[in-house]
Amino acid sequence: MTDAAIEIENLTKDYPFGFLHLKKRRSLEGLTMKVEDGEVFGFLGPNGAGKSTTMKLLVGLTFPTAGNARILGKPISDIEMHRDIGYLPEQPYFYDYLTAAELLDYFARFHDLKAADRRERVQRMLKKVGLETARKIQLRKYSKGMLQRVGLAQAILHDPRVLILDEPMSGLDPLGRREVRDIILELKREGRTILFSTHILSDAEMLCDRVGVIVGGKLRGVGAPDEIVGVKAHGMEILFEYTGSSAGAVALLGKATQTGNRYRMQVSEEDLYATLEQLRGAAARILLVTQMKASLEEYFMHLVEADRAQAAAVEVSGK
Amino acid sequence: MSRVSVVAWNTFREAVRDRVLYNLVFFALLMIAAAILVGQVSIGIEQIVIISLGLSAISVIGLLMAVFIGVGLVSKEMDKRTLYALLAKPVRRWEFLLGKFGGLLLTLVVNTAAMAAGLFAALLYVKHPLESSDAMVLVAVYFILLKLALVVALALLFSCYTTPLLAILFTAGLYVAGLFVHEMRGFQSDTMAPAVQAFLRWLSYLLPNFENFDVMASAAHGRAIPATLILQNTAYSALYCAVVLAAAAAIFSRRNLK
Repeated sequence: MTDAAIEIENLTKDYPFGFLHLKKRRSLEGLTMKVEDGEVFGFLGPNGAGKSTTMKLLVGLTFPTAGNARILGKPISDIEMHRDIGYLPEQPYFYDYLTAAELLDYFARFHDLKAADRRERVQRMLKKVGLETARKIQLRKYSKGMLQRVGLAQAILHDPRVLILDEPMSGLDPLGRREVRDIILELKREGRTILFSTHILSDAEMLCDRVGVIVGGKLRGVGAPDEIVGVKAHGMEILFEYTGSSAGAVALLGKATQTGNRYRMQVSEEDLYATLEQLRGAAARILLVTQMKASLEEYFMHLVEADRAQAAAVEVSGK
Repeated sequence: MSRVSVVAWNTFREAVRDRVLYNLVFFALLMIAAAILVGQVSIGIEQIVIISLGLSAISVIGLLMAVFIGVGLVSKEMDKRTLYALLAKPVRRWEFLLGKFGGLLLTLVVNTAAMAAGLFAALLYVKHPLESSDAMVLVAVYFILLKLALVVALALLFSCYTTPLLAILFTAGLYVAGLFVHEMRGFQSDTMAPAVQAFLRWLSYLLPNFENFDVMASAAHGRAIPATLILQNTAYSALYCAVVLAAAAAIFSRRNLK
């Protein structure tokens, strides 16, 4: 991973609003980041944070107020760059009078593919996203999850080197999410660069080489999931079983959460061995001891709350 | 297949699958009823009545399609966000617009040709055989198509920067204004300031001249339509469409898709 597949430099986007569009709302502010070649990069952030805006800017659906970006060395204003990218819009909707096979064939024509090649690719992609049997059904009869799969198929149809996927897991049931996750992992193995946004932090932790957290139009943190949340343990968690009524154990049980005969207790690293001794003395059965790390979710929530607090402070001071 | 024709063919396919061409059934019924009725109530003017009625119906149905479908060509794609995946492909925005224009024009050509065939069938019912002067009906139908092309281009232009409702109003307004350009040009009044008269004259040259496309009376009476008018109207429609589509492309190329 040496060259950047996506380079974004000081990208800023203002949307006009109000009567005569004289007022402006900033959706993205000075975004600068890189996605390396062959990397899976997760874009995290709450609704309205600027994730979709960034992706729309990259694929040319909107135009930057300031800054610039390059994909595979080509500026985003270059239409030829679109030959090497695949894009899945958020909550995709396609021509509902077409079947999935017709839609994919329609999109394939823009990539100057020959008829035989188009047929073969359409067939292969439909199989890949699990829609082979529904290929001749009009899209108006498709569920949200099926449309999401069609969206993924059209994004990878022309074998792009860079994939920009806006909420690829939204609207999918757990099985569908697993399938999309597997497809993303397969695309990663094939060496493609993937930039995707998600609300589902466990997916980001599982799939991404690096994640970027964007809040209020500003990038707040970038790095490998482990790196940005920190590897230092919060403390230790002990899971144990206890059925007795020893007086020594009562004080300990008060600190634990009970589910049936099982108890879950959190202690500091320093207190771990002493607590384990006490539990053994009370004839408790130790089932599991785990190290507690800050999750990506905690880190994410911390950034979002910090941003809200800052926004509230600005509002109060009037600046 | 060029990217423009790929979009155009899909637009035509959409019209067919959304049953837009069902209006032909209504037109066929109208022509059958008119032919039977006219044969019974009019003496000697069956041809005039049938041709006038047929051409009017072709024009009105075509105009309704051109305005209402034309306005939705871009706005519907933006509202439903079907455009997002498409514009991420190697397609330029002007290619998309031109394809949409071509697709609706193809739909209108097929629709108008089918209605013209129906008109000739009704004509054949009330008088046979057909005469060479009846070919003027074909010229009138061709002029209707030229007019519709212009209306589609205008609808497309307005839909690129305003809401569908306003685009319909603007297109319909321009069409009505375009029917009175000769009156505007020759308008003279003592009570009107010379500056206003000059402005009206200037405006009359800027507005699309739809009056020139109306040769219904000549076609109904079998009067010859000069070849120069055919050439002039063809060039006028092509040039006007080119200018309007270029303006639409310039606006749409800068439009942010939220």
